[in-house]
Amino acid sequence: MDAILLQILNGLDKGGAYALIALGLTLTFGTLGIVNFAHGALFMLGAFCTVALQSVLTISTRVRDESITFFEAYKEVPYLVTWFGDTGQLIIDYVVPISVLVTIPVMLLIGILFERGLIRFFYNRPHAEQILVTFGLAIVLQEVIKVIFGANPIPVAAPPAVAGSADLGVILGLGGNLSYPWWRLIYLASSAVIISGVFAFLNLTTYGMVVRAGMADRETVQFLGINIQRRFTVVFGLAAVVAGLAGALYTPILTPNYHIGMDFLVLSFVVVVVGGMGSLPGAVAAGFLLGILQSFASLNEVKSIFPGIDQIIIYLVAVAVLLARPRGLLGRKGVMES
Amino acid sequence: MDRIIRPSRRGFLKTTALTGAALSAPTFFVRNAWAQENFCNAPTGSTVTLGFNVPQTGPYADEGADELRAYELAVEHLNGEGDGGMLNTFKPSSLKGNGILGKKVQFVTGDTQTKSDAARASARRMIEKDGAIMVSGGSSSGVAVAVQSLAQEMGVVFMCGLTHSNDTTGKDKRRYGFRHFFNAYMSGEALGVVLAEAYGKERRAYHLTADYTWGWTQEESIKNATEAQGWETVQAVRTPLGAGDFSQYLTPVLNSGADVLILNHYGNDMVNSLTQAVQFGMRDKQVNGKQFEIVVPLYSELMAEGAGANVKGIFGTSNWSWQLQDEGTKAFATSFGQKYGRPPSQAAQTCYVQALLYANAAEMAGTFYPPELIKALEGFEFDGMGNGPTLYRAEDHQCFKDVLVVQGNDAATSQYDLLKVYKVVPAADVTYDASIFGGELGPYEVAGCAA
Repeated sequence: MDAILLQILNGLDKGGAYALIALGLTLTFGTLGIVNFAHGALFMLGAFCTVALQSVLTISTRVRDESITFFEAYKEVPYLVTWFGDTGQLIIDYVVPISVLVTIPVMLLIGILFERGLIRFFYNRPHAEQILVTFGLAIVLQEVIKVIFGANPIPVAAPPAVAGSADLGVILGLGGNLSYPWWRLIYLASSAVIISGVFAFLNLTTYGMVVRAGMADRETVQFLGINIQRRFTVVFGLAAVVAGLAGALYTPILTPNYHIGMDFLVLSFVVVVVGGMGSLPGAVAAGFLLGILQSFASLNEVKSIFPGIDQIIIYLVAVAVLLARPRGLLGRKGVMES
Repeated sequence: MDRIIRPSRRGFLKTTALTGAALSAPTFFVRNAWAQENFCNAPTGSTVTLGFNVPQTGPYADEGADELRAYELAVEHLNGEGDGGMLNTFKPSSLKGNGILGKKVQFVTGDTQTKSDAARASARRMIEKDGAIMVSGGSSSGVAVAVQSLAQEMGVVFMCGLTHSNDTTGKDKRRYGFRHFFNAYMSGEALGVVLAEAYGKERRAYHLTADYTWGWTQEESIKNATEAQGWETVQAVRTPLGAGDFSQYLTPVLNSGADVLILNHYGNDMVNSLTQAVQFGMRDKQVNGKQFEIVVPLYSELMAEGAGANVKGIFGTSNWSWQLQDEGTKAFATSFGQKYGRPPSQAAQTCYVQALLYANAAEMAGTFYPPELIKALEGFEFDGMGNGPTLYRAEDHQCFKDVLVVQGNDAATSQYDLLKVYKVVPAADVTYDASIFGGELGPYEVAGCAA
């Protein structure tokens, strides 16, 4: 029982990341009709917003390391700690939550710059060309990050208060053997909040309503005198923010490196296809579903029957879903169909 | 009218026999000498080029950078510059501090990227384009095995850097490959005893293993060693290399009834799996009435830095530590520390020693000619290099020396003393019969790149 519950949590956690990326992917696809292969790179840029903030906060001065006596060794002491002592250290410890404040404006700006600077020239081009140009953009971004931050993964820690694990068994009254890392629970909660926020924005605000109307029938909305293009640009920025936040908050779970985005990109496309092209609820549902399936496929009991199933389960499910429902789980007629 | 002189039959036979003998005799006597002049990249000028093939990008780039620092220092010392480092403590030494065989040492570098094909390509480039007489370095067993077989084909000696799989000097051993670093079998033998002493003989272990040559041999060695101590192995699960998120592999551990988790991971995998295991609260758990423990069989200082406070109290093994108190270690650590402002890692030490051992073998053999040089290294016994008396065993080109059992330091004062030496296990306790891992060294003479 515990094992099943833990795997569900693992799946939800992973699914949270998949869902956030897939959500942004579907948003750009649904609004701008762009197949954005640079979306994984936006996830990576979000993670590196946190890394960059950490580097800024830990700008250090070199101090003689007294523990080594036989030569002059130095260790780095951050200025924040020198100036503010424990308060300085506290700010450094809370770099991940603080980075959320930085990530949102930075990613919004990056998203809008991409759309205005590059993507808009490809609206009326074939999908193949869109894929090529966005994939190229992803490679450029990766290499830029590699030049600045190096090829090695850079560890980012969760705040010490939530670095350990929660005794879920005790909290939920299920016995003592069930514990789960605090940060992963926080990630799960954050992804739920972000997803709800995006849905609320699209469904409960007038701005969102116009965007949805534009997604359904762009020309009619334009005839009504609305500059739908500008709104779509903002939506692209929003998609970048969602992907960026997914990346920034994921840093304590997975040590970020320059190709972290590519690792997620392919899976996210599968999630979008399984969920149904252009369907936001479909992307979210498929994200969580595939995350949970992947977790269960890694159970030893399952792997002893089907060795290696954990590596291919997602693709098997994708094949099965597409055979049964060619438009994906919640796909609508007419999307990406001429 | 000119007379035509016709040779007599006897005369003709005599002349031909003599000519034949004259033509064949010199080759017969000097063939070896000719080969000794014309082997792959035989140095002709006043310099000799060594090729250092280390991971400059990819998951082990930090380790590669430290290896490169060590090689630069070794070259400096071989050329008689700096304070000489271990040249002053190494014995028996034929090194004179004037390069190798009087030729000034220079070097070229390559990037293995910790990928077998990239490592082979850069080794080949250094041999074919830069004229490297020897190749050394690397931080992965997959790479070591791949480059070693290339070295055998090309007739260029390969001095392995950090590689810990039993296969490197076991089933994949090569005549042209030499390993100073210890291996998974030795880690198992050294660690098994210590673990049984520290945690008792009734333990149930769960393995998570990186799914490639090093992980497999590491898992097998630790399993055998701990089972010999009375431990039970609950399960051994293979994880894909670079899995990143290990949560789905870690959660089953909690309900498996195991009370020890053995992480046969290295590099970034080790940093991630250990950090995540600690996040899952494993170190605070009681299972079967015992404290739950984590073991990392192969430690590295640079990875301990990545995992930070999570390594406290955790046992593992190490090839060498700058904190040892022998003369060789002090000389090297001081020399390295003065040049770079930080103590050397175990990867740096093994690379430095390998460079010196190669140079020394050339001096002993009196030539760079690989078959002679290899013979000088085979069975060579030495001391003063930081690991105590060491033997380069002829049968498998593996060094036999003391193994360190190390433990995460509870009272670390800086990033450099995150690990402390818990026990020095004597070489005799980790020595094994060369035949148990099979493999063939192959021939001394190969066509090589000069052919």
